[in-house]
Amino acid sequence: MSSRDEVLARVRKSQPASRPMPAIPSFDAGLSTSIATFEANLLRMGGRFAQAADGGDIDAQIGELFPSAQVICSATPEVKGNRAIDSVAAPKDLHDVDVGVVRAAFGVAETGSVWLSEREFRVNALGFLSQHLVVLLDPERIVANLHRAYEHQGFLDARYAVLMTGPSATADIEGILIHGAQGIRTLTVIASPVRDRSAA
Amino acid sequence: MKVALFVPCYVDAFFPEVAVATLELLERFGIEVSYPLDQTCCGQPMANSGCHQEAAPTEALFARNFAGFDYIVGPSGSCVHHIRENLTAIPQTPEVQKVRQSTYELVEFLHDIVKVRELPWASFRHKVGLHNGCSTLRALHEAKSTEISEPAFSKPMDLLSLVEGIEFVKPRRADECCGFGGTFSVFEEPVSARMGYDKVNDHHGAGAEYIVSADMSCLMHQKGCAERLDLPIKFIHIAQVMNGARA
Amino acid sequence: MKRIDHAEASSKFIRAKDHIEFHDRRLWDLRQKRDRESEAIPEWEELRTLASAIKEHALSNLGDYLEQFELNAVKNGAHVHWAKDAAEHNQIVLDIMQDRGARTLVKAKSMLTDECEMRPFLENRGIEIMETDLGERIQQLDDEPPSHIVVPAVHKLRTDVARVFSETIGTDAKNSDVHYLAESQRQHTRPYFLKADAGMTGANFAVAETGSIVVCTNEGNADLSVNLPPLYIASIGIEKIIPRMEHLGVFVRMLSRSALGSPITQLTSHFRAPRPGTQMHIILVDNGRSERLGMDDFWYSLKCIRCGACMNTCPVYRRSGGLSYGATYSGPIGVIIDPTFNLRKYSSLPFASTLNGSCTSVCPVRINIHEQIYKWRQIISERNQLPMLKKEAMQVAGKVLASPKLYRAAVDAAGSSVEHLPRFMLYNRLNAWGRQREVPAAPSQTFRQWYLKNRSKERVES
Repeated sequence: MSSRDEVLARVRKSQPASRPMPAIPSFDAGLSTSIATFEANLLRMGGRFAQAADGGDIDAQIGELFPSAQVICSATPEVKGNRAIDSVAAPKDLHDVDVGVVRAAFGVAETGSVWLSEREFRVNALGFLSQHLVVLLDPERIVANLHRAYEHQGFLDARYAVLMTGPSATADIEGILIHGAQGIRTLTVIASPVRDRSAA
Repeated sequence: MKVALFVPCYVDAFFPEVAVATLELLERFGIEVSYPLDQTCCGQPMANSGCHQEAAPTEALFARNFAGFDYIVGPSGSCVHHIRENLTAIPQTPEVQKVRQSTYELVEFLHDIVKVRELPWASFRHKVGLHNGCSTLRALHEAKSTEISEPAFSKPMDLLSLVEGIEFVKPRRADECCGFGGTFSVFEEPVSARMGYDKVNDHHGAGAEYIVSADMSCLMHQKGCAERLDLPIKFIHIAQVMNGARA
Repeated sequence: MKRIDHAEASSKFIRAKDHIEFHDRRLWDLRQKRDRESEAIPEWEELRTLASAIKEHALSNLGDYLEQFELNAVKNGAHVHWAKDAAEHNQIVLDIMQDRGARTLVKAKSMLTDECEMRPFLENRGIEIMETDLGERIQQLDDEPPSHIVVPAVHKLRTDVARVFSETIGTDAKNSDVHYLAESQRQHTRPYFLKADAGMTGANFAVAETGSIVVCTNEGNADLSVNLPPLYIASIGIEKIIPRMEHLGVFVRMLSRSALGSPITQLTSHFRAPRPGTQMHIILVDNGRSERLGMDDFWYSLKCIRCGACMNTCPVYRRSGGLSYGATYSGPIGVIIDPTFNLRKYSSLPFASTLNGSCTSVCPVRINIHEQIYKWRQIISERNQLPMLKKEAMQVAGKVLASPKLYRAAVDAAGSSVEHLPRFMLYNRLNAWGRQREVPAAPSQTFRQWYLKNRSKERVES
């Protein structure tokens, strides 16, 4: 008997009489989907927020936010950067990126989270090897809470999906909060409408 | 209504004044209180040690002593919790079930059954830290605990607030267990004592002259700690305060 | 196998004054942060009920959900392995790595791998393992197990970390600045992410509907461990299966709020399928879980989502530290799980509790922890695992308290003896009560004696 068969047999022999599956409400009555609510919760989690600069030149805006950045790698065509994401052969090649730039599929107002997958990252490691991450978010693409977030089709399609909420952090030593544990040191969300809203 | 007084074993032996106050207090409301003379203990010390079988004869004696009453009232949250929820070492005859369901802790009896709305004879002009024992608080649900998200309420506070001159202090960790825990106090003495020290220091730091509780077992442990620490803090059972003790 | 003596270990912990003060304060702070979150969400208690119901449904249909999970994981391109026990789990990990010539492993926090004692097994067979979570790394470098499932080094002060790092990764022994220490670990660990042959995580949840593995971290070390190396191994206890993605709405809302008092962890990562050109292996581990599933009183412990809220609230845990329990799982959840691993070894743990019930009140999945602790005490007593002294004392107490005559004799004797004993007899090493407390003064009469004197003329009961 394989281990699989043995484990399943033991489980089926042991499991108690079936309990019913509950229905899950969405708990979003009266909840806000505004960018302001999103911003407040993002800041609580240690993230940063900015409106897109007038004129919409995000490259310039990033230059101002990170004046000493040398390598800027963008996974979204709206921002040029100076390291082409297509030229990345292996994920570890992104080890020297100072600022990574992505556009989130959507945001979650309840927590200040942004949703990203391999489609948004192009190379997943961009979201974790970069010292800093800039995330473009369309204010019209914000859901109220996590119950709504988990309705997103992307969870069924994406190989990898992450709800990113602020920078990486730890308080493992004496409870002192550190930003930039193993991953990004800062997360900056720039509110920026997508040019073509009909795109999924 | 036929009411019987249940006196926990350690109250009978070490703190009879608490039982006296309980009896007198019930009588102030015109209640005729019987005291079964052959009562001993509810069985909790053995049961809480896992010694289910060893608890059975004591539990059976309890059920026999208190059969036939409408209410059984005792000044101890932990004992009453044991009777209502865990008196299971003996066969659950209809009589046993009736005894279990009819057993009340003093505060909940006065609050919910007698519906006390005034204590005109009571006056306690001191700064008081109210200690809700964990059985009274979480098991008997006599007040909102900070863990549970629900509207605030407190039966002990409702009653104590009727006492003239009483002033309440706010310790920093009002809900935290004081560390008595029955035989825990002996077999896990280091943590038990540390918890007791923290508790009395907390109340003292908040300005309490007295710690008042519906559980004398907690107070016994806290008093032992406070005395060893030389803290000028006194201890009194809620029955005594409600019955008119001035100090 | 030696019985864990929790009381003895706790005594040592308490003597380290600065450490216990910090430990207690830090974890109580996490508990208060949890409270703020729970009070801010009107549906908090309803969410707890839903979370509990989802878990009970999943566990009572676990066979079907395990098969559904496997089906979907395989469809996604992952390999699924099954391990009956810890030894088999460790061997499977070794085989997966050796079959691919993989020698270096970066891993995220996983209590399951600690439970299986995977690290020494692999390290003895030539695999180099880097713990990437800061707390786990500190403990790895100090050759000590983690003491808390969420904050593994919470029992250490910055000076302890400075000592450990200076002895192992070459930091300045005199510099205990926390930012310096954390940055040092980041810089030291980073090259290992870049060159590791394999990455490993556990799972907070495994979703049957999609075959996804969900890992919640704050540091981003799970995402680095999985998105860089060409090989990903996920070790999952079979009880982690939940039916649907929509259920994550409930669990993800509760997990970090319960653990740390923050609405969500910085990273909530969903691994469904391997990156093109890479491999993903999932190991489903039993190791006693199926047996626990069959225990009428204790299967509810399998609902645990490893938030640590019970540890944070437990007044005993805060004052004794996770290491005093001598097991992978400590605190209240440990107390009810560990006896299933070894009843004798862990027989003292269910008594390292005052049964105050705070753990049950904060548990996001409504595990009736303190009630299970109570039931374990009965089992330990029935299986003769109580210390002799306690068993005898309870037998004597049981006889005395069952007899009105014996009880009265004992109480009357106690009163007078306490009155007359000299202090050195009351307060010595043998009297545990008296080590740090005064003994109550004996009153001049019992209540019964008072009653007979003052009341009983008309109302003597037979």
